[in-house]
Amino acid sequence: MLTATGLSCVRGERRLFAGLDLAVGPGEWLHVQGENGAGKTSLLRILATLSPPAEGEVRWQGEPVEVLAEDYRRAMLFLGHHGAVKEELTPLENLTLAAQLDGFELDEATALQALVRFGLRGREDLAVRFLSAGQKRRVLLARLAVRKAALWILDEPFTALDVKAVAMLSGLIEEHLAAGGMAILTSHQSMPLPNGRVLKI
Amino acid sequence: MSAIIAIIRRDLLLAMRRKSEVLTALFFFIIVVSLFPLGIGPESALLRKIAPGVIWVAALLATMLGLARLFAPDHADGTLEQMVLSPTPLGLLVTGKIVAHWITTGLPLVLLAPVLGIQFDLDTGALGILVLALLLGTPLLSLIGAIGAALTLGVRGGGVLLSLLVLPLYVPALIFGAGAVESHISGLGAGGHLSLLAALLALAVFFAPWATTAALRIALE
Repeated sequence: MLTATGLSCVRGERRLFAGLDLAVGPGEWLHVQGENGAGKTSLLRILATLSPPAEGEVRWQGEPVEVLAEDYRRAMLFLGHHGAVKEELTPLENLTLAAQLDGFELDEATALQALVRFGLRGREDLAVRFLSAGQKRRVLLARLAVRKAALWILDEPFTALDVKAVAMLSGLIEEHLAAGGMAILTSHQSMPLPNGRVLKI
Repeated sequence: MSAIIAIIRRDLLLAMRRKSEVLTALFFFIIVVSLFPLGIGPESALLRKIAPGVIWVAALLATMLGLARLFAPDHADGTLEQMVLSPTPLGLLVTGKIVAHWITTGLPLVLLAPVLGIQFDLDTGALGILVLALLLGTPLLSLIGAIGAALTLGVRGGGVLLSLLVLPLYVPALIFGAGAVESHISGLGAGGHLSLLAALLALAVFFAPWATTAALRIALE
């Protein structure tokens, strides 16, 4: 369970939002909506502990996230605008290295299976820079599939994806929620997923 | 621990895929060092005298070349964010990156130095001291450089700022590194200089990853 109380965010002279409360429980997801520049990404970065809030606090299972530190980071997966995909490496190498960075070993069979699931069969040994923007995002989706995390924080996960990949990602999030996972995401599309709530900033 | 090894392996793999960056620094080092004997002519006494200084200055500048790219690509593609969010402490991952930087830029300089030193008519003993001093000094250059690279991350025109920031901090390494070979040639023994270099390295191993981590966190906020 992730709760946040009284969050506010200040960028330079501007106050993006103040007194923001939110709560996401197991099996629930939160759709953060707002205009461009409203502070959606800033909110997600605060929830992911990448930047501290100006006021307020974020709690995970009742404990402040700063206290939990690496226990929280292990339970959470953050995907930002930049996918953290290395252009020079192949999708397979990217997946294995991301897993090692996340602190678990990923065997090749599982990694390949995830890549095949997201339509990257035959591309696993090709450097990522030869892939299209959408295919790069698909490498990230494969990472979602292999990483065990209770909370997903996804910033614009549908960017550059085609209709088929959007359906795949929706399916993936639905599976995650059904297994008791939680998700917070920003998107300008409407999402037909159960147990969702909308947060407007 | 496995995350650090993974980071080192990843950076070495990336260096293999982007060979030109590593080779540029290496060829720069070879060419700068080789130009001096050609320009000065075959006066072995003079060459022996300037050799340590020339090789060390070239090593400093060659290390500087790739420094701006130490964290910049990771910052641009979001890998740095994922490193901050890794369950492994950022300080350890940063140490891994510094180790990889040394293996790709420092270690080749150490291995090439004795070959280049022959051009300056250095004897075997002096070449040995030169290699030993570089072996202690080049990790120091990578460690100090990492602090500068992290501080100038995301700054416009960061490359110039980086040199202004880092080169003064390289001065102790330059003085003791070049001094070690000089004092060996003059018969005083290189022990004192090498010990000081080793002490600086020990200090940097302890403090530099910590300072770099703090600077990276500021850059990411």
